[in-house]
Amino acid sequence: MDTFLQQMVNGLTAGSVYAVVALGYTMVYGIIQLINFAHGEVVMIGAMVAFSVINLLVPAGLPPLAIVLIGAGCAVPICMLVGYGMERLAYRPLRHAPRLAPLITAIGVSIILQHVALMIWSRNILAFPQIIPSRTYFIGGAAITTVQIAILAICFMLMASLAILVYRTPLGTAMRATAQNPQVAGLMGIDINRVIAVTFILGAGLGAVAGVLFGTYYGIAQYTMGSVLGLKAFSAAVLGGIGNIPGAMLGGVLLGVVEALGAGYIGDFSDLCAWGVPLAACEGGGSFILFGSNYQDVFAFLVLILVLVFRPQGLLGERVGDRA
Amino acid sequence: MTRFFDTRGKPWLVWLGFALVGLALALLPFALAQAGTTWVRIMNYTLLYIMLALGLNIVVGFAGLLDLGYIAFYAVGAYTYALLASPQFGVHLPFWVILPIGAAVAAFFGVLLGAPTLKLRGDYLAIVTLGFGEIIRIFLNNMSRPVNITNGPQGITRIDPFSFGTFNFARPDTVLGIDVSGPIKYYYLLLLVALAIIVVNLRLQNSRIGRAWEAIREDEIAARAMGIDTRNLKLLAFAMGASFGGVAGGMFSAIQGFISPESFVLVESIMVVSMVVLGGMGNIWGVILGALLLSFVPEILRWTVTPVQEALFGRMVVEPEVIRMLLFGLALVLVMLFRPAGLLPSAVRKRELEERLT
Repeated sequence: MDTFLQQMVNGLTAGSVYAVVALGYTMVYGIIQLINFAHGEVVMIGAMVAFSVINLLVPAGLPPLAIVLIGAGCAVPICMLVGYGMERLAYRPLRHAPRLAPLITAIGVSIILQHVALMIWSRNILAFPQIIPSRTYFIGGAAITTVQIAILAICFMLMASLAILVYRTPLGTAMRATAQNPQVAGLMGIDINRVIAVTFILGAGLGAVAGVLFGTYYGIAQYTMGSVLGLKAFSAAVLGGIGNIPGAMLGGVLLGVVEALGAGYIGDFSDLCAWGVPLAACEGGGSFILFGSNYQDVFAFLVLILVLVFRPQGLLGERVGDRA
Repeated sequence: MTRFFDTRGKPWLVWLGFALVGLALALLPFALAQAGTTWVRIMNYTLLYIMLALGLNIVVGFAGLLDLGYIAFYAVGAYTYALLASPQFGVHLPFWVILPIGAAVAAFFGVLLGAPTLKLRGDYLAIVTLGFGEIIRIFLNNMSRPVNITNGPQGITRIDPFSFGTFNFARPDTVLGIDVSGPIKYYYLLLLVALAIIVVNLRLQNSRIGRAWEAIREDEIAARAMGIDTRNLKLLAFAMGASFGGVAGGMFSAIQGFISPESFVLVESIMVVSMVVLGGMGNIWGVILGALLLSFVPEILRWTVTPVQEALFGRMVVEPEVIRMLLFGLALVLVMLFRPAGLLPSAVRKRELEERLT
């Protein structure tokens, strides 16, 4: 039971970060049907910028919370600029090209961003400064830290404000109209190019915050962190139904939980001794574990493949069928 | 120029052309060896990349299925060879037995990937294949426990080189009074296999199967309405592409003598995709050009960037590896923006892209 609760807490925390990243994918996909492959790199750049700023400010003796906030405050506009730049330079000229074309430029942008980051921040794994004093609380046998609580709170706040923006403001209405039918939205006086640019900027801003949270949570940042994180977030977006904003939130949280529970239990479940297989290794209470928790990263991809095979529209998405 | 290449009514010109190209290819390794055996090795890796790019071209170029996890099949071929010809299990089968096994195992994995993704198209498929490639790599990385199969991140060492009776491909020899080094021997073998793959590709392109793939790429629903068995043909594309990757992987394994999961990361998949895209999806000569460019330009960079930087700044500012990757990224973006059908576009692709852009 303890493992279960603990993994739930860990899974929810990681999952809420996935959800924020997944929003970036799903918003862009919803509006122009493009998998913004480079979104994961935007998250990475957010983490890296915050890393540099925080390291720079630590000797200044500011309160830790202020330092982290300034770090995030620098990361967000830089990532927004990156997001806008790639939309403008790499995707906008290809908006009417066959769909593989922008996907391939997205891969190119992703490689470029990764290696620019490599040039600036080296290829080492950077230790993200842990300056926020962390206290641990116990709820029914599971430990939860202040950092985890903060991450959960920030993520849910971000998701709520995005939901308000999309469903309750004129800009959000314009975004939804563009997603439904760009031509008609244009005829109704919506500046489509502006709406699409704003979507990229919003997604990149969310990605930047997610990057800072991810760095603070796991304590590390590296120029390659974006690709796996991006893939997981994309899987989350697909799980919830790509193009669907509540879906991305649900998918992110679910994926985090599935991953954490999977990592927590796969060892016990794949222990052949526990299944009563007579093996030499089992004698005297030994174990013969087929898959350890180092297979954790496989879960996201398995979820992705299973969803695409059995319910391609995702949990909350409507049937898109041949659009894909 | 075109008149010069007009061979109508002059079949001897074609044969002369073949003979000249053949002679050039036969002498190439000796010319390269003058610049150093390293360049022969580079040429060998280039040939491997040509095989990979041609294999991927079947999936991406002919059938229009974007596969971002293609390197997984290369890995499967490489590990099949490594496990059946190394001290890892103490098995030492001859290479002409293992290579077909490797191709078959890779083809099996190709179908394994293809079957659940039959319904997916375009970008979804790209992401799933990418995930598949990562899954294979994670498994290779972790299959050292509880039973040691792949030896995990350490990889497999002391893999047997190709040998044919007493003729060993890794050792230098004297053939007809000419000194032939190990890499040069491998060069001829690789060239032979690469040529075979080229011929298969050329014959496939205009065959019934090739045209069916093209129809699927253009419009799958229409293709099915025309009576094309889209399911089997898509699976066939995956299997064939994968088996070429498997053969190339086996040869890679033998030439290197050592493999680890490090060699089969996502970047490698993307590199092969870049070759196909840059050269021109669907056009065999374009793909070969792409593979040549993307294998040789980085090597030339490696030899020039460091001295130039040292001369300019007194130290190395940017590693050649980073410049290489930046160039890949830029090439992908720029080619898509300005020459979306690639450097040497296939006629059909070009028409298609122009039609849709207007």
